[in-house]
Amino acid sequence: MLCYTSLDILDIQWIWQFFSSGHTNNWAVLVCTSRFWFNYRHVANTLSVYRSVKRLGIPDSHIVLMLADDMACNHRNPKPATVFSHKNMELNVYGDDVEVDYRGYEVTVENFLRVLTGRLPPSTPRSKRLLSDDRSNILIYLTGHGGNGFLKFQDSEEISNVELADAFEQMWQKRRYNELLFIIDTCQGASMYERFYSPNIMALASSQVGEDSLSHQPDLAIGVHLMDRYTFYMLEFLEDIHPASKTNMNDLFKVCPKSQCVSTPGHRTDLFLRDPGSVLITDFFGSVRKVELTMDAINLTDPIKQMEEDPVNGEEQKEVYSYADQLPVSEIIHQKPKQKDWHPPDGFILGLWTLILLVFFKTYGIKHLKHIF
Amino acid sequence: YFYVFIFKKIFWLKTKQPRERRWEATEVKEAATVDAAADIQGTSAPETVVPSSVPQPKDDFQEELVIRPLHSGDIYASFQFRTLWDTDFMRENKVSHYRLFPKSLGQVISKFSVRELHISFTQGYWRTMQWGQPFIPSPPGAELWVWFQDSVTDVDATWKELTNVLSGIFCASLNFIDSTNTVQPSASFKPLGLGNVTDHSFLRYATLPREIVCTENLTPWKKLLPCGSKAGLAVLLKSEKLFHSSFHSQAVHIRSVCQDWQCKTTSWELRQTLNSVFDLHNSGQTKREWSLFKMFSRTLTEACPLASSSKLYIDITDNPQGEQFELSPATSLLSQAVVLGDRRTFSVYDLTQETTFGTVRSLNLLIRWKSNEGEMLRPLLHAERYVAGYGLQTGEIHTLMYNNHPYRSFPVLLLDSVPWYLRLYIHTLSVTSKGKDNKPSYIHYEPSKDRVKPHLLEMLIQLPPNSVTEVTVQFERALLKWTEYPPDPNHGFYVGSSVISSLVPSTVAMHTNSTRERPLFSSFFPCKEESSYFVRIYTEPLLVNLPTPDFSMPYNVICLTCTVVAVGYGSLYNLLTRSFQIEEPNPGLAKRIANVIRRMRGVPPL
Repeated sequence: MLCYTSLDILDIQWIWQFFSSGHTNNWAVLVCTSRFWFNYRHVANTLSVYRSVKRLGIPDSHIVLMLADDMACNHRNPKPATVFSHKNMELNVYGDDVEVDYRGYEVTVENFLRVLTGRLPPSTPRSKRLLSDDRSNILIYLTGHGGNGFLKFQDSEEISNVELADAFEQMWQKRRYNELLFIIDTCQGASMYERFYSPNIMALASSQVGEDSLSHQPDLAIGVHLMDRYTFYMLEFLEDIHPASKTNMNDLFKVCPKSQCVSTPGHRTDLFLRDPGSVLITDFFGSVRKVELTMDAINLTDPIKQMEEDPVNGEEQKEVYSYADQLPVSEIIHQKPKQKDWHPPDGFILGLWTLILLVFFKTYGIKHLKHIF
Repeated sequence: YFYVFIFKKIFWLKTKQPRERRWEATEVKEAATVDAAADIQGTSAPETVVPSSVPQPKDDFQEELVIRPLHSGDIYASFQFRTLWDTDFMRENKVSHYRLFPKSLGQVISKFSVRELHISFTQGYWRTMQWGQPFIPSPPGAELWVWFQDSVTDVDATWKELTNVLSGIFCASLNFIDSTNTVQPSASFKPLGLGNVTDHSFLRYATLPREIVCTENLTPWKKLLPCGSKAGLAVLLKSEKLFHSSFHSQAVHIRSVCQDWQCKTTSWELRQTLNSVFDLHNSGQTKREWSLFKMFSRTLTEACPLASSSKLYIDITDNPQGEQFELSPATSLLSQAVVLGDRRTFSVYDLTQETTFGTVRSLNLLIRWKSNEGEMLRPLLHAERYVAGYGLQTGEIHTLMYNNHPYRSFPVLLLDSVPWYLRLYIHTLSVTSKGKDNKPSYIHYEPSKDRVKPHLLEMLIQLPPNSVTEVTVQFERALLKWTEYPPDPNHGFYVGSSVISSLVPSTVAMHTNSTRERPLFSSFFPCKEESSYFVRIYTEPLLVNLPTPDFSMPYNVICLTCTVVAVGYGSLYNLLTRSFQIEEPNPGLAKRIANVIRRMRGVPPL
């Protein structure tokens, strides 16, 4: 199909660039697993990634946002409907246009795994599903409290790194992703990606095994720590990215060195086929569509004639509608209760025994009465 | 004294000198000047069809905002957005061309054969004694009640699917509505729209008292409006100010209404309402002064271009001469409406007129108070509910209903839906008014089934005049299975609000002709008779603690048991199975050297 003879070197390079990344759509699954007011920073972490991802082009329909607790409208929040990332209150990461898909008690390990593998009940709405295909690049971001090999969900259950690796393998077998970027910001986060074995996964964590991820700074007005260090510096890094940026993953690996983060961020790229230097940040965080401009003109068909609906003939309608009576007292008082089970009429048992006794005494005579009483 | 006061006021209003103010009649006289093609709401008599080359639009959108200053200094703002559409969702060929009506809701109506849908999300509790009656009542949390068409065969399955779909549309966890919190009221919640069939097996009611309302619920709600939040009254809906209020409630109501006075054809009505009460002290103000900018941090610049009417009403009934507060910019339009049993006067700002915005092209309404006098009228019906008792085993639910009318009694329908884990003892149910027993004229009780359905108690009680009626019932708390506890069980478990529906006597004659052109806030509840109006109030939700196990107990028990077993059994085993040998103490250095020499010599050691 490609005609090499009429193209020069630049065109060929442009064509290869066009097909280099291999993905056609982007999805993001952003999960905050912690409940309670003092875990404000985890919600702020997730919302800051949500904000960056939305800013770079991924629409709400392609983002599954799971927040285990509500911080913005929490009664302890002195500034309602806001979640701040920095104590100067400059950036409200909650914003005015946010759509949370799973919230409160819905954020469970089961729901998270069902979203990843696609095994949801049939009546689940579209906004709660991860409808990715084999040409989707998915960004998965998890934050909360974790340990060596597990991540705690809402203080009552946990997900282990083996379960997570198996879920990704199920996704690979079902061709639910093209490439996957996994970022985790918890204590000992590197343990969560140790067990991955599916291809095309790149993972980043905020701390190594045995290290704790620390939070950035508290705010005296709000009273809690606002954000974790790793995500704070990652947000700073992402704020400089715009849809046309050419920054690649190697720059993301350098975010938050030990001097700023206190913990050592780690990453894993051995399962990833491409070289991390050739992977653009916008391949995962943005929804950069390849657009081809054409100068050809297309002829449209004749406009569709609007069907004239027959006006409803007023005389034919005999039924007159009316509003129902809101509190029809007499109707309610005389409402017959629904009789579901049939019960024998009152006094039935008593009458039955009286009948039996009468028949007995009639047949055998009254002299047997003394044997009864 | 109250009636004399009202009659005096009305008499005085009628006889005062007519100033530049022009009375905007609530009759549809002004419709004559409106373009006939654009207004399908119709005049009072059927007209000949106006032939036009453009097909007559069959949908209509109106928006309005009512601002009512409250006596405590707070201010009550009520938005209503109404879309009317003359279409039939129930026919076979699906409706596919949507203009003003949102497509997501239209598809929900046709797919689930919905006859009426009412969903509300509320944060905060409406304080009737301080704020009066709201235009659209709603309980704290989320509430959903739906009437299905009688063509639906399996109502429960359709209800489950509907709640899941709505949870996706409104970003709320409505999928937690299942059989354990759904009830089928037998007499309350009659349809607010048209229809003759009232078989209550097609009605479902559920409430989630714990549901939070935040920007993520407001965002999809705003997206349902034809103009979104970009033009018209919806530009005022900024979440940072709306959620910093004492009360915030947003709701969607879908029902069929009459298209014209004959009522032979129906059209679908979608009402989106948003009620907010802003607190004077919470917003950090010292002076009693309110403006649109202070309330919403925005001003109005234009009406929604798709709206046929866009109005702003300020309640000035308590301020006829301007002695209580001052309104600026001044307006010459006035309107009177009978709402909630009272005739109220409103100043009207018509946003479709360019002159309303003045030279600065923006409308920032300012209400400045001059004096602090004035008493609020006591609402005629008021209710409270609380839990009494001590300990974690038993308790008592008390519901109090106040009838503040001096001489009229009226009937009240109380609906109580209590979750199954509070086991009600219905034989302890007692209804007393003024100390004496008050037997309800209708009781409907459906007992609960563990983990399947909740208790449903409906009673029709006649409240005697000027009295307090107390309904008490004792309950016992159940012990749940350890997997059924939520992640934060020590917070407690919520019991949904009781619903009290009542026909309250009104002081002025209510309008029973439902198709007159009326402001939206007065046409929500249909009126069948002139002497009373329908009102629905909600009590507080209850928060009860259930006996909660110690969830760290299994871990602690395992640690303790293993320690005891290891120390106790291990020591005993060692004592029994070890054999002891006597060992020589270590000899000194001299002796060791002597032993070495003696071994070399072949002599036994020391």
